[in-house]
Amino acid sequence: MSLGAVKIPVTDVVLILVKKLGFFSNKTVSIQHEGVMNIVRIPRVLLGLLIGAALGISGTAIQGIFRNPLAEPGLIGISAGASLMAVVIIVLELSVLAALSNLLGYYIMAFGAFAGAGIAALIVYQISRTDGKSNVTTMLLAGIAINALAGALTGLITFAADDQQLRNITFWMLGSLGGATRETVIAVAPFILIPVLALPFLGKALNAFALGEVQAAQLGLNVSSVKRNVVILATMAVGAAVAVSGIIGFVGLLVPHTIRLLIGVDNKHVLPASALCGALILTLADMLCRTLIAPVELPIGVITALLGTPLFLYILIKDKKKLVL
Amino acid sequence: MLIAESLNFEIGRRSLIKDVSFSIRPGELLVILGANGAGKSTLLRLLSGEKKPVSGHIRLNGLELDSYTNAQLALCRGVLNQQNTLNIAFTVSEVISMGRYPHQKKGDAMTDSQIIETVMELTGTKAFEDRSYLTLSGGEQQRVQLARTLAQIWDVPNALLLMDEPVASLDLQYQQQTLAIAKMLAKKGYMVISVLHDINLAAQYADRIMMLKNGRKWYDGTAAEVLKGKHIYEVFEINSDVYTNPRTLQHFYIPRNITISTDH
Repeated sequence: MSLGAVKIPVTDVVLILVKKLGFFSNKTVSIQHEGVMNIVRIPRVLLGLLIGAALGISGTAIQGIFRNPLAEPGLIGISAGASLMAVVIIVLELSVLAALSNLLGYYIMAFGAFAGAGIAALIVYQISRTDGKSNVTTMLLAGIAINALAGALTGLITFAADDQQLRNITFWMLGSLGGATRETVIAVAPFILIPVLALPFLGKALNAFALGEVQAAQLGLNVSSVKRNVVILATMAVGAAVAVSGIIGFVGLLVPHTIRLLIGVDNKHVLPASALCGALILTLADMLCRTLIAPVELPIGVITALLGTPLFLYILIKDKKKLVL
Repeated sequence: MLIAESLNFEIGRRSLIKDVSFSIRPGELLVILGANGAGKSTLLRLLSGEKKPVSGHIRLNGLELDSYTNAQLALCRGVLNQQNTLNIAFTVSEVISMGRYPHQKKGDAMTDSQIIETVMELTGTKAFEDRSYLTLSGGEQQRVQLARTLAQIWDVPNALLLMDEPVASLDLQYQQQTLAIAKMLAKKGYMVISVLHDINLAAQYADRIMMLKNGRKWYDGTAAEVLKGKHIYEVFEINSDVYTNPRTLQHFYIPRNITISTDH
Protein backbone atom coordinates (compact mmCIF):
# COMPACT_ATOMS: atom_id res chain seq x y z
CA MET A 1 0.00 0.00 0.00
CA SER A 2 3.03 2.17 0.43
CA LEU A 3 4.19 1.86 -3.18
CA GLY A 4 2.68 3.50 -6.24
CA ALA A 5 2.62 6.68 -8.25
CA VAL A 6 2.42 8.54 -4.95
CA LYS A 7 4.84 7.12 -2.44
CA ILE A 8 3.49 6.99 1.08
CA PRO A 9 5.89 6.12 3.90
CA VAL A 10 5.16 2.77 5.52
CA THR A 11 4.73 4.44 8.91
CA ASP A 12 2.00 6.64 7.47
CA VAL A 13 0.29 3.63 5.94
CA VAL A 14 0.19 1.99 9.34
CA LEU A 15 -1.04 5.18 10.97
CA ILE A 16 -3.85 5.61 8.47
CA LEU A 17 -4.94 1.99 8.85
CA VAL A 18 -4.88 2.29 12.62
CA LYS A 19 -6.98 5.43 12.35
CA LYS A 20 -9.45 3.66 10.05
CA LEU A 21 -9.91 0.98 12.66
CA GLY A 22 -11.08 3.66 15.04
CA PHE A 23 -7.97 4.19 17.12
CA PHE A 24 -7.08 7.71 17.95
CA SER A 25 -3.62 8.88 17.13
CA ASN A 26 -2.11 12.26 17.78
CA LYS A 27 0.45 11.83 15.04
CA THR A 28 -0.60 13.49 11.84
CA VAL A 29 -0.19 12.31 8.27
CA SER A 30 -0.49 14.41 5.14
CA ILE A 31 -4.04 14.89 3.94
CA GLN A 32 -2.99 13.99 0.42
CA HIS A 33 -1.56 10.68 1.61
CA GLU A 34 -4.64 9.93 3.63
CA GLY A 35 -6.85 10.71 0.66
CA VAL A 36 -4.87 8.45 -1.65
CA MET A 37 -5.05 5.70 0.93
CA ASN A 38 -8.79 5.95 1.57
CA ILE A 39 -9.99 6.47 -1.96
CA VAL A 40 -7.45 4.53 -4.02
CA ARG A 41 -5.07 2.26 -2.19
CA ILE A 42 -7.24 0.53 0.41
CA PRO A 43 -10.09 -0.34 -2.00
CA ARG A 44 -7.56 -1.42 -4.58
CA VAL A 45 -5.71 -3.78 -2.28
CA LEU A 46 -9.00 -5.17 -0.96
CA LEU A 47 -10.27 -5.68 -4.49
CA GLY A 48 -6.99 -7.38 -5.44
CA LEU A 49 -7.32 -9.74 -2.49
CA LEU A 50 -10.96 -10.55 -3.31
CA ILE A 51 -10.43 -11.11 -7.01
CA GLY A 52 -7.24 -13.09 -6.50
CA ALA A 53 -9.03 -15.35 -4.03
CA ALA A 54 -11.96 -15.71 -6.43
CA LEU A 55 -9.80 -16.64 -9.41
CA GLY A 56 -7.53 -18.95 -7.41
CA ILE A 57 -10.25 -20.99 -5.73
CA SER A 58 -12.46 -21.17 -8.84
CA GLY A 59 -9.49 -22.41 -10.85
CA THR A 60 -8.99 -25.25 -8.38
CA ALA A 61 -12.68 -26.08 -8.20
CA ILE A 62 -13.13 -26.08 -11.98
CA GLN A 63 -10.08 -28.27 -12.47
CA GLY A 64 -11.58 -30.62 -9.91
CA ILE A 65 -14.95 -30.84 -11.58
CA PHE A 66 -13.49 -31.26 -15.08
CA ARG A 67 -11.00 -33.76 -13.61
CA ASN A 68 -8.37 -32.01 -15.61
CA PRO A 69 -5.40 -29.86 -14.61
CA LEU A 70 -5.66 -27.67 -17.71
CA ALA A 71 -9.17 -26.43 -17.11
CA GLU A 72 -9.01 -22.74 -16.34
CA PRO A 73 -11.82 -20.17 -16.35
CA GLY A 74 -10.18 -18.28 -19.22
CA LEU A 75 -9.29 -21.34 -21.26
CA ILE A 76 -12.71 -22.96 -21.27
CA GLY A 77 -14.69 -19.87 -22.13
CA ILE A 78 -16.04 -18.87 -18.72
CA SER A 79 -14.28 -15.50 -18.66
CA ALA A 80 -15.25 -14.85 -22.28
CA GLY A 81 -18.89 -15.65 -21.49
CA ALA A 82 -18.76 -13.29 -18.53
CA SER A 83 -17.18 -10.44 -20.48
CA LEU A 84 -19.62 -10.89 -23.37
CA MET A 85 -22.49 -10.36 -20.98
CA ALA A 86 -20.70 -7.40 -19.43
CA VAL A 87 -20.30 -5.81 -22.86
CA VAL A 88 -23.93 -6.53 -23.72
CA ILE A 89 -24.97 -4.76 -20.55
CA ILE A 90 -22.74 -1.78 -21.26
CA VAL A 91 -24.01 -1.33 -24.78
CA LEU A 92 -27.66 -2.00 -24.07
CA GLU A 93 -27.27 0.64 -21.40
CA LEU A 94 -29.38 -1.16 -18.88
CA SER A 95 -29.17 2.01 -16.86
CA VAL A 96 -25.53 1.18 -16.56
CA LEU A 97 -23.76 4.17 -18.03
CA ALA A 98 -24.96 6.36 -15.25
CA ALA A 99 -25.16 3.51 -12.84
CA LEU A 100 -21.60 2.36 -13.42
CA SER A 101 -20.52 4.47 -10.52
CA ASN A 102 -23.21 3.28 -8.16
CA LEU A 103 -23.81 0.06 -6.33
CA LEU A 104 -26.86 -1.06 -8.31
CA GLY A 105 -24.94 -0.77 -11.56
CA TYR A 106 -22.26 -3.06 -10.26
CA TYR A 107 -24.81 -5.57 -9.03
CA ILE A 108 -26.45 -5.68 -12.47
CA MET A 109 -23.01 -6.11 -13.98
CA ALA A 110 -22.07 -8.86 -11.54
CA PHE A 111 -25.30 -10.77 -12.17
CA GLY A 112 -24.93 -10.40 -15.93
CA ALA A 113 -21.33 -11.58 -15.89
CA PHE A 114 -22.31 -14.45 -13.62
CA ALA A 115 -25.03 -15.53 -16.05
CA GLY A 116 -22.63 -15.30 -18.99
CA ALA A 117 -19.99 -17.29 -17.14
CA GLY A 118 -22.52 -19.92 -16.10
CA ILE A 119 -23.92 -20.41 -19.59
CA ALA A 120 -20.44 -20.77 -21.08
CA ALA A 121 -19.39 -23.25 -18.38
CA LEU A 122 -22.50 -25.38 -18.89
CA ILE A 123 -22.13 -25.46 -22.66
CA VAL A 124 -18.47 -26.49 -22.51
CA TYR A 125 -19.16 -29.03 -19.79
CA GLN A 126 -22.06 -30.68 -21.59
CA ILE A 127 -20.23 -30.82 -24.91
CA SER A 128 -17.08 -32.31 -23.39
CA ARG A 129 -18.87 -35.10 -21.56
CA THR A 130 -19.11 -38.63 -22.86
CA ASP A 131 -20.08 -41.57 -20.65
CA GLY A 132 -19.65 -39.55 -17.52
CA LYS A 133 -16.10 -38.57 -18.36
CA SER A 134 -15.03 -35.18 -19.55
CA ASN A 135 -12.96 -35.54 -22.66
CA VAL A 136 -9.87 -33.30 -22.61
CA THR A 137 -9.65 -32.64 -26.33
CA THR A 138 -13.33 -31.93 -26.69
CA MET A 139 -13.28 -29.71 -23.64
CA LEU A 140 -10.43 -27.56 -24.93
CA LEU A 141 -11.91 -27.39 -28.42
CA ALA A 142 -15.31 -26.46 -27.03
CA GLY A 143 -13.54 -23.82 -24.94
CA ILE A 144 -11.86 -22.42 -28.03
CA ALA A 145 -15.18 -22.39 -29.85
CA ILE A 146 -16.97 -20.62 -27.01
CA ASN A 147 -14.09 -18.15 -26.70
CA ALA A 148 -14.25 -17.43 -30.44
CA LEU A 149 -18.03 -17.15 -30.45
CA ALA A 150 -18.10 -14.87 -27.42
CA GLY A 151 -15.26 -12.84 -28.95
CA ALA A 152 -17.11 -12.50 -32.25
CA LEU A 153 -20.35 -11.47 -30.57
CA THR A 154 -18.43 -9.00 -28.43
CA GLY A 155 -16.85 -7.58 -31.59
CA LEU A 156 -20.25 -7.34 -33.23
CA ILE A 157 -21.66 -5.47 -30.28
CA THR A 158 -18.78 -3.00 -30.19
CA PHE A 159 -19.97 -1.78 -33.61
CA ALA A 160 -23.08 -0.52 -31.90
CA ALA A 161 -21.14 1.15 -29.13
CA ASP A 162 -20.43 4.85 -28.79
CA ASP A 163 -17.11 6.30 -27.66
CA GLN A 164 -17.79 6.20 -23.94
CA GLN A 165 -19.03 2.62 -24.25
CA LEU A 166 -15.96 1.64 -26.26
CA ARG A 167 -13.74 2.91 -23.49
CA ASN A 168 -15.65 0.83 -20.97
CA ILE A 169 -15.41 -2.21 -23.22
CA THR A 170 -11.67 -1.83 -23.70
CA PHE A 171 -11.37 -1.81 -19.93
CA TRP A 172 -12.95 -5.27 -19.77
CA MET A 173 -10.75 -6.69 -22.45
CA LEU A 174 -7.52 -5.64 -20.76
CA GLY A 175 -8.21 -6.45 -17.15
CA SER A 176 -7.32 -4.00 -14.44
CA LEU A 177 -7.90 -3.31 -10.79
CA GLY A 178 -8.01 0.39 -11.66
CA GLY A 179 -11.76 0.51 -11.19
CA ALA A 180 -11.40 -0.13 -7.50
CA THR A 181 -13.58 2.06 -5.31
CA ARG A 182 -15.39 1.48 -2.06
CA GLU A 183 -18.52 0.73 -4.08
CA THR A 184 -16.92 -1.89 -6.30
CA VAL A 185 -15.43 -3.63 -3.29
CA ILE A 186 -18.76 -3.67 -1.49
CA ALA A 187 -20.57 -4.78 -4.63
CA VAL A 188 -18.40 -7.83 -5.42
CA ALA A 189 -17.59 -8.85 -1.86
CA PRO A 190 -20.65 -11.09 -1.31
CA PHE A 191 -20.35 -12.71 -4.77
CA ILE A 192 -16.78 -13.64 -3.97
CA LEU A 193 -16.89 -14.30 -0.24
CA ILE A 194 -19.75 -16.81 -0.48
CA PRO A 195 -17.89 -19.08 -2.95
CA VAL A 196 -14.57 -18.62 -1.16
CA LEU A 197 -16.13 -19.71 2.12
CA ALA A 198 -18.34 -22.45 0.66
CA LEU A 199 -16.05 -24.16 -1.85
CA PRO A 200 -13.59 -25.57 0.73
CA PHE A 201 -16.47 -27.70 2.09
CA LEU A 202 -16.54 -29.48 -1.27
CA GLY A 203 -12.89 -30.56 -0.93
CA LYS A 204 -13.65 -34.20 -0.20
CA ALA A 205 -16.24 -34.34 -2.94
CA LEU A 206 -13.71 -33.04 -5.44
CA ASN A 207 -11.18 -35.62 -4.24
CA ALA A 208 -13.71 -38.36 -4.91
CA PHE A 209 -14.43 -36.77 -8.29
CA ALA A 210 -10.80 -37.26 -9.21
CA LEU A 211 -11.45 -41.03 -9.12
CA GLY A 212 -14.10 -40.63 -11.80
CA GLU A 213 -17.76 -39.66 -11.77
CA VAL A 214 -18.96 -43.24 -11.53
CA GLN A 215 -16.54 -43.95 -8.70
CA ALA A 216 -17.60 -40.77 -6.89
CA ALA A 217 -21.23 -41.87 -7.08
CA GLN A 218 -20.22 -45.30 -5.76
CA LEU A 219 -18.65 -43.51 -2.79
CA GLY A 220 -22.05 -42.01 -2.03
CA LEU A 221 -21.84 -38.62 -3.71
CA ASN A 222 -24.79 -37.05 -5.43
CA VAL A 223 -22.66 -36.31 -8.46
CA SER A 224 -24.96 -33.95 -10.28
CA SER A 225 -25.63 -31.79 -7.24
CA VAL A 226 -21.90 -31.51 -6.52
CA LYS A 227 -21.30 -30.47 -10.12
CA ARG A 228 -24.12 -27.97 -10.02
CA ASN A 229 -22.90 -26.44 -6.78
CA VAL A 230 -19.31 -26.15 -7.94
CA VAL A 231 -20.28 -24.65 -11.28
CA ILE A 232 -22.61 -22.13 -9.60
CA LEU A 233 -20.09 -21.12 -6.95
CA ALA A 234 -17.10 -20.94 -9.27
CA THR A 235 -18.89 -19.01 -11.99
CA MET A 236 -20.35 -16.70 -9.36
CA ALA A 237 -16.86 -15.81 -8.20
CA VAL A 238 -15.37 -15.57 -11.69
CA GLY A 239 -18.36 -13.64 -13.01
CA ALA A 240 -18.11 -11.09 -10.21
CA ALA A 241 -14.35 -10.79 -10.70
CA VAL A 242 -14.71 -10.26 -14.44
CA ALA A 243 -17.49 -7.73 -13.89
CA VAL A 244 -15.24 -5.37 -11.97
CA SER A 245 -11.76 -6.16 -13.19
CA GLY A 246 -12.17 -7.59 -16.69
CA ILE A 247 -10.33 -10.70 -17.82
CA ILE A 248 -7.28 -11.44 -15.73
CA GLY A 249 -5.84 -14.57 -17.26
CA PHE A 250 -3.86 -17.47 -15.91
CA VAL A 251 -4.38 -16.81 -12.18
CA GLY A 252 -6.86 -19.68 -12.10
CA LEU A 253 -4.23 -21.92 -13.64
CA LEU A 254 -1.08 -20.64 -12.00
CA VAL A 255 -2.35 -20.67 -8.44
CA PRO A 256 -3.72 -24.24 -8.09
CA HIS A 257 -0.60 -25.72 -9.65
CA THR A 258 1.74 -23.73 -7.46
CA ILE A 259 -0.21 -24.88 -4.42
CA ARG A 260 -0.21 -28.52 -5.53
CA LEU A 261 3.55 -28.40 -6.00
CA LEU A 262 3.90 -26.97 -2.50
CA ILE A 263 1.40 -28.89 -0.35
CA GLY A 264 0.13 -31.86 -2.40
CA VAL A 265 -3.10 -32.44 -4.25
CA ASP A 266 -5.66 -33.02 -1.47
CA ASN A 267 -8.47 -30.58 -2.30
CA LYS A 268 -9.38 -30.18 1.36
CA HIS A 269 -6.16 -28.14 1.66
CA VAL A 270 -5.71 -26.99 -1.94
CA LEU A 271 -9.03 -25.10 -2.06
CA PRO A 272 -8.47 -22.74 0.88
CA ALA A 273 -4.77 -22.44 0.08
CA SER A 274 -5.48 -21.37 -3.49
CA ALA A 275 -7.82 -18.66 -2.27
CA LEU A 276 -5.04 -17.33 -0.05
CA CYS A 277 -2.34 -17.73 -2.65
CA GLY A 278 -4.51 -16.17 -5.37
CA ALA A 279 -5.18 -13.17 -3.17
CA LEU A 280 -1.46 -12.81 -2.50
CA ILE A 281 -0.32 -13.25 -6.10
CA LEU A 282 -2.86 -10.83 -7.53
CA THR A 283 -2.05 -8.14 -4.99
CA LEU A 284 1.65 -8.55 -5.77
CA ALA A 285 1.00 -8.54 -9.52
CA ASP A 286 -1.07 -5.39 -9.13
CA MET A 287 1.74 -3.78 -7.15
CA LEU A 288 4.10 -4.56 -10.01
CA CYS A 289 1.61 -3.03 -12.48
CA ARG A 290 1.43 0.16 -10.51
CA THR A 291 5.13 0.55 -9.85
CA LEU A 292 7.15 -0.92 -12.73
CA ILE A 293 6.70 2.06 -15.06
CA ALA A 294 4.95 4.49 -12.69
CA PRO A 295 3.08 6.77 -13.04
CA VAL A 296 1.76 4.79 -16.04
CA GLU A 297 0.07 1.48 -15.16
CA LEU A 298 0.58 -1.81 -16.94
CA PRO A 299 -2.59 -3.86 -17.48
CA ILE A 300 -2.57 -6.55 -14.81
CA GLY A 301 -3.43 -9.20 -17.40
CA VAL A 302 0.00 -8.59 -18.92
CA ILE A 303 1.78 -9.45 -15.68
CA THR A 304 -0.31 -12.54 -14.91
CA ALA A 305 0.09 -13.80 -18.48
CA LEU A 306 3.84 -13.22 -18.32
CA LEU A 307 3.98 -15.31 -15.16
CA GLY A 308 1.31 -17.81 -16.16
CA THR A 309 2.28 -18.72 -19.70
CA PRO A 310 5.67 -20.26 -18.85
CA LEU A 311 3.99 -22.36 -16.16
CA PHE A 312 1.26 -23.43 -18.56
CA LEU A 313 3.87 -24.51 -21.12
CA TYR A 314 5.81 -26.31 -18.40
CA ILE A 315 2.72 -28.36 -17.49
CA LEU A 316 2.01 -29.08 -21.15
CA ILE A 317 5.54 -30.34 -21.74
CA LYS A 318 5.70 -32.31 -18.50
CA ASP A 319 2.32 -34.00 -19.00
CA LYS A 320 2.48 -34.25 -22.77
CA LYS A 321 2.09 -38.01 -22.76
CA LYS A 322 -0.79 -38.04 -20.31
CA LEU A 323 -2.77 -35.55 -22.36
CA VAL A 324 -2.76 -37.72 -25.45
CA LEU A 325 -6.04 -39.56 -25.70
CA MET B 1 -29.59 -60.90 0.23
CA LEU B 2 -29.55 -59.59 -3.32
CA ILE B 3 -32.36 -60.65 -5.62
CA ALA B 4 -32.50 -59.85 -9.32
CA GLU B 5 -35.79 -60.56 -11.09
CA SER B 6 -36.14 -60.77 -14.88
CA LEU B 7 -33.71 -57.94 -15.61
CA ASN B 8 -33.73 -56.45 -19.07
CA PHE B 9 -31.45 -53.73 -20.32
CA GLU B 10 -31.02 -52.23 -23.73
CA ILE B 11 -29.16 -49.36 -25.34
CA GLY B 12 -31.01 -48.03 -28.36
CA ARG B 13 -32.54 -51.16 -29.87
CA ARG B 14 -29.69 -53.40 -28.84
CA SER B 15 -30.70 -55.66 -26.02
CA LEU B 16 -27.73 -56.26 -23.70
CA ILE B 17 -29.35 -58.13 -20.81
CA LYS B 18 -32.30 -60.44 -21.43
CA ASP B 19 -34.50 -61.76 -18.69
CA VAL B 20 -31.77 -62.46 -16.14
CA SER B 21 -32.90 -63.65 -12.70
CA PHE B 22 -30.75 -64.86 -9.85
CA SER B 23 -30.06 -64.23 -6.21
CA ILE B 24 -27.09 -64.32 -3.90
CA ARG B 25 -27.09 -64.68 -0.14
CA PRO B 26 -24.53 -63.52 2.42
CA GLY B 27 -21.54 -65.84 2.52
CA GLU B 28 -21.51 -66.57 -1.20
CA LEU B 29 -18.83 -65.84 -3.78
CA LEU B 30 -20.51 -65.79 -7.18
CA VAL B 31 -18.34 -65.64 -10.29
CA ILE B 32 -19.79 -64.47 -13.60
CA LEU B 33 -18.20 -65.92 -16.73
CA GLY B 34 -18.90 -65.26 -20.37
CA ALA B 35 -17.38 -64.26 -23.69
CA ASN B 36 -16.62 -60.64 -24.61
CA GLY B 37 -19.84 -58.72 -25.02
CA ALA B 38 -21.91 -61.33 -23.20
CA GLY B 39 -23.24 -58.65 -20.82
CA LYS B 40 -21.14 -59.34 -17.71
CA SER B 41 -20.09 -55.75 -17.06
CA THR B 42 -23.54 -54.46 -17.96
CA LEU B 43 -25.11 -56.83 -15.43
CA LEU B 44 -22.67 -55.60 -12.79
CA ARG B 45 -23.58 -51.98 -13.60
CA LEU B 46 -27.24 -52.80 -13.07
CA LEU B 47 -26.45 -54.44 -9.73
CA SER B 48 -24.33 -51.49 -8.59
CA GLY B 49 -27.11 -49.03 -9.41
CA GLU B 50 -25.00 -47.22 -12.00
CA LYS B 51 -27.53 -48.11 -14.70
CA LYS B 52 -31.24 -48.73 -14.30
CA PRO B 53 -32.77 -51.85 -15.87
CA VAL B 54 -35.40 -51.22 -18.56
CA SER B 55 -37.59 -53.73 -16.77
CA GLY B 56 -37.22 -56.07 -13.82
CA HIS B 57 -36.39 -55.57 -10.18
CA ILE B 58 -33.31 -55.62 -8.01
CA ARG B 59 -33.80 -55.95 -4.27
CA LEU B 60 -30.95 -55.49 -1.84
CA ASN B 61 -31.67 -56.63 1.73
CA GLY B 62 -35.40 -56.43 1.10
CA LEU B 63 -35.46 -52.95 -0.41
CA GLU B 64 -35.69 -51.94 -4.06
CA LEU B 65 -32.24 -50.82 -5.24
CA ASP B 66 -33.94 -47.70 -6.64
CA SER B 67 -35.03 -46.62 -3.18
CA TYR B 68 -31.47 -46.29 -1.87
CA THR B 69 -29.68 -42.95 -2.11
CA ASN B 70 -26.07 -42.95 -3.31
CA ALA B 71 -24.98 -42.25 0.26
CA GLN B 72 -26.97 -45.18 1.68
CA LEU B 73 -25.67 -47.55 -0.99
CA ALA B 74 -22.09 -46.45 -0.36
CA LEU B 75 -22.44 -47.73 3.20
CA CYS B 76 -23.32 -51.30 2.17
CA ARG B 77 -21.97 -51.80 -1.33
CA GLY B 78 -18.45 -51.55 -2.74
CA VAL B 79 -17.54 -51.64 -6.43
CA LEU B 80 -14.19 -52.39 -8.02
CA ASN B 81 -14.47 -51.07 -11.56
CA GLN B 82 -12.81 -52.48 -14.62
CA GLN B 83 -11.53 -49.06 -15.65
CA ASN B 84 -10.30 -46.34 -13.39
CA THR B 85 -9.03 -43.04 -14.71
CA LEU B 86 -7.29 -40.96 -12.08
CA ASN B 87 -5.01 -38.30 -13.53
CA ILE B 88 -4.23 -36.19 -10.49
CA ALA B 89 -1.17 -37.08 -8.46
CA PHE B 90 -2.79 -38.31 -5.25
CA THR B 91 -0.61 -40.54 -3.11
CA VAL B 92 -1.55 -44.19 -2.72
CA SER B 93 -2.66 -43.73 0.89
CA GLU B 94 -4.76 -40.70 -0.06
CA VAL B 95 -6.57 -42.73 -2.73
CA ILE B 96 -7.17 -45.64 -0.36
CA SER B 97 -8.43 -43.39 2.42
CA MET B 98 -11.09 -42.02 0.04
CA GLY B 99 -12.73 -45.41 0.54
CA ARG B 100 -13.58 -44.25 4.05
CA TYR B 101 -15.36 -41.06 2.92
CA PRO B 102 -18.87 -42.55 3.15
CA HIS B 103 -18.32 -43.38 6.83
CA GLN B 104 -16.65 -40.23 8.00
CA LYS B 105 -19.77 -38.48 9.16
CA LYS B 106 -20.14 -40.83 12.08
CA GLY B 107 -17.04 -42.99 11.99
CA ASP B 108 -14.00 -42.26 14.09
CA ALA B 109 -10.58 -41.53 12.68
CA MET B 110 -9.02 -44.33 14.74
CA THR B 111 -11.06 -47.10 13.09
CA ASP B 112 -10.51 -45.50 9.70
CA SER B 113 -6.74 -45.51 9.95
CA GLN B 114 -6.71 -49.09 11.28
CA ILE B 115 -8.86 -50.23 8.38
CA ILE B 116 -6.64 -48.45 5.89
CA GLU B 117 -3.55 -50.12 7.41
CA THR B 118 -5.19 -53.55 7.23
CA VAL B 119 -6.31 -53.31 3.62
CA MET B 120 -2.92 -51.95 2.57
CA GLU B 121 -1.23 -54.97 4.15
CA LEU B 122 -3.65 -57.37 2.45
CA THR B 123 -3.28 -55.88 -1.01
CA GLY B 124 0.47 -55.38 -0.75
CA THR B 125 0.14 -51.64 -1.28
CA LYS B 126 1.72 -50.67 2.05
CA ALA B 127 5.17 -50.78 0.43
CA PHE B 128 4.40 -47.79 -1.79
CA GLU B 129 1.80 -45.94 0.27
CA ASP B 130 3.52 -42.56 -0.13
CA ARG B 131 4.11 -42.80 -3.87
CA SER B 132 2.01 -40.92 -6.40
CA TYR B 133 -0.71 -43.09 -7.90
CA LEU B 134 0.36 -41.90 -11.35
CA THR B 135 3.83 -43.45 -11.05
CA LEU B 136 2.49 -46.95 -10.40
CA SER B 137 2.26 -49.81 -12.88
CA GLY B 138 -1.16 -50.92 -14.09
CA GLY B 139 -1.23 -53.87 -11.71
CA GLU B 140 -0.18 -51.76 -8.75
CA GLN B 141 -2.89 -49.20 -9.55
CA GLN B 142 -5.41 -52.04 -9.71
CA ARG B 143 -4.36 -53.18 -6.22
CA VAL B 144 -4.72 -49.62 -4.89
CA GLN B 145 -8.26 -49.48 -6.27
CA LEU B 146 -8.97 -52.87 -4.70
CA ALA B 147 -7.67 -51.56 -1.37
CA ARG B 148 -9.88 -48.47 -1.67
CA THR B 149 -12.94 -50.61 -2.34
CA LEU B 150 -12.11 -52.94 0.56
CA ALA B 151 -11.63 -49.96 2.88
CA GLN B 152 -15.12 -48.77 2.00
CA ILE B 153 -16.90 -51.93 3.15
CA TRP B 154 -14.38 -53.42 5.59
CA ASP B 155 -16.49 -52.80 8.70
CA VAL B 156 -19.83 -53.73 7.09
CA PRO B 157 -19.85 -57.54 7.28
CA ASN B 158 -22.97 -58.20 5.20
CA ALA B 159 -22.09 -55.73 2.44
CA LEU B 160 -22.24 -56.42 -1.26
CA LEU B 161 -18.92 -56.42 -3.11
CA LEU B 162 -18.96 -56.18 -6.91
CA MET B 163 -15.74 -56.71 -8.84
CA ASP B 164 -15.38 -56.31 -12.60
CA GLU B 165 -12.36 -58.25 -13.82
CA PRO B 166 -10.40 -57.59 -10.64
CA VAL B 167 -7.36 -59.57 -11.80
CA ALA B 168 -7.13 -58.22 -15.36
CA SER B 169 -3.66 -56.69 -14.96
CA LEU B 170 -2.39 -58.55 -11.91
CA ASP B 171 0.56 -60.92 -11.68
CA LEU B 172 0.09 -64.57 -10.69
CA GLN B 173 0.56 -63.96 -6.97
CA TYR B 174 -1.96 -61.13 -6.76
CA GLN B 175 -4.50 -62.94 -8.93
CA GLN B 176 -4.60 -65.61 -6.24
CA GLN B 177 -4.37 -63.06 -3.42
CA THR B 178 -7.32 -61.03 -4.78
CA LEU B 179 -9.58 -64.06 -5.08
CA ALA B 180 -8.42 -65.28 -1.68
CA ILE B 181 -9.48 -61.95 -0.18
CA ALA B 182 -12.85 -62.24 -1.95
CA LYS B 183 -13.27 -65.77 -0.59
CA MET B 184 -12.34 -64.66 2.93
CA LEU B 185 -14.89 -61.82 2.80
CA ALA B 186 -17.58 -64.22 1.61
CA LYS B 187 -16.79 -66.50 4.56
CA LYS B 188 -17.22 -63.49 6.86
CA GLY B 189 -20.74 -63.00 5.51
CA TYR B 190 -20.25 -60.63 2.57
CA MET B 191 -22.01 -61.14 -0.75
CA VAL B 192 -19.27 -61.15 -3.38
CA ILE B 193 -19.91 -61.05 -7.12
CA SER B 194 -16.94 -61.04 -9.45
CA VAL B 195 -16.61 -61.05 -13.21
CA LEU B 196 -13.65 -63.19 -14.29
CA HIS B 197 -12.16 -64.45 -17.53
CA ASP B 198 -10.02 -67.21 -16.11
CA ILE B 199 -12.07 -70.42 -15.81
CA ASN B 200 -9.44 -71.98 -13.57
CA LEU B 201 -9.51 -69.09 -11.08
CA ALA B 202 -13.29 -69.36 -11.06
CA ALA B 203 -13.10 -73.10 -10.43
CA GLN B 204 -10.60 -72.60 -7.62
CA TYR B 205 -12.50 -69.98 -5.61
CA ALA B 206 -16.14 -69.64 -6.65
CA ASP B 207 -18.95 -70.98 -4.50
CA ARG B 208 -21.17 -70.61 -7.52
CA ILE B 209 -20.63 -69.81 -11.18
CA MET B 210 -23.03 -68.10 -13.52
CA MET B 211 -22.35 -68.23 -17.26
CA LEU B 212 -23.77 -65.54 -19.52
CA LYS B 213 -24.20 -65.74 -23.26
CA ASN B 214 -25.70 -63.02 -25.47
CA GLY B 215 -27.12 -61.25 -22.43
CA ARG B 216 -28.88 -64.36 -21.10
CA LYS B 217 -28.13 -66.51 -18.10
CA TRP B 218 -26.93 -69.76 -19.67
CA TYR B 219 -25.80 -71.85 -16.69
CA ASP B 220 -25.85 -71.27 -12.95
CA GLY B 221 -24.48 -73.66 -10.35
CA THR B 222 -21.39 -75.00 -8.63
CA ALA B 223 -18.11 -75.24 -10.54
CA ALA B 224 -18.61 -78.98 -11.00
CA GLU B 225 -22.09 -78.46 -12.43
CA VAL B 226 -21.34 -75.56 -14.70
CA LEU B 227 -17.80 -76.08 -15.94
CA LYS B 228 -18.13 -78.94 -18.39
CA GLY B 229 -16.37 -79.17 -21.71
CA LYS B 230 -19.67 -78.99 -23.55
CA HIS B 231 -20.83 -75.89 -21.65
CA ILE B 232 -17.51 -74.15 -22.12
CA TYR B 233 -17.78 -74.79 -25.84
CA GLU B 234 -21.31 -73.42 -25.92
CA VAL B 235 -20.41 -70.21 -24.13
CA PHE B 236 -16.88 -69.52 -25.34
CA GLU B 237 -16.87 -71.42 -28.64
CA ILE B 238 -13.60 -73.05 -27.81
CA ASN B 239 -12.66 -76.68 -27.24
CA SER B 240 -11.03 -77.51 -23.97
CA ASP B 241 -9.85 -80.52 -22.03
CA VAL B 242 -10.82 -81.12 -18.44
CA TYR B 243 -8.21 -82.67 -16.14
CA THR B 244 -8.18 -83.51 -12.48
CA ASN B 245 -5.56 -81.99 -10.24
CA PRO B 246 -4.12 -85.06 -8.47
CA ARG B 247 -3.31 -83.02 -5.35
CA THR B 248 -6.65 -81.24 -4.80
CA LEU B 249 -8.84 -83.54 -6.91
CA GLN B 250 -10.36 -80.37 -8.41
CA HIS B 251 -10.90 -80.06 -12.14
CA PHE B 252 -8.85 -77.75 -14.27
CA TYR B 253 -9.25 -76.72 -17.86
CA ILE B 254 -6.84 -76.35 -20.71
CA PRO B 255 -8.12 -74.80 -23.92
CA ARG B 256 -7.10 -76.50 -27.14
CA ASN B 257 -4.92 -74.69 -29.64
CA ILE B 258 -6.50 -72.69 -32.39
CA THR B 259 -4.59 -72.95 -35.63
CA ILE B 260 -4.97 -70.23 -38.19
CA SER B 261 -4.27 -71.24 -41.77
CA THR B 262 -1.42 -69.37 -43.45
CA ASP B 263 -3.69 -68.76 -46.43
CA HIS B 264 -4.89 -65.55 -44.73
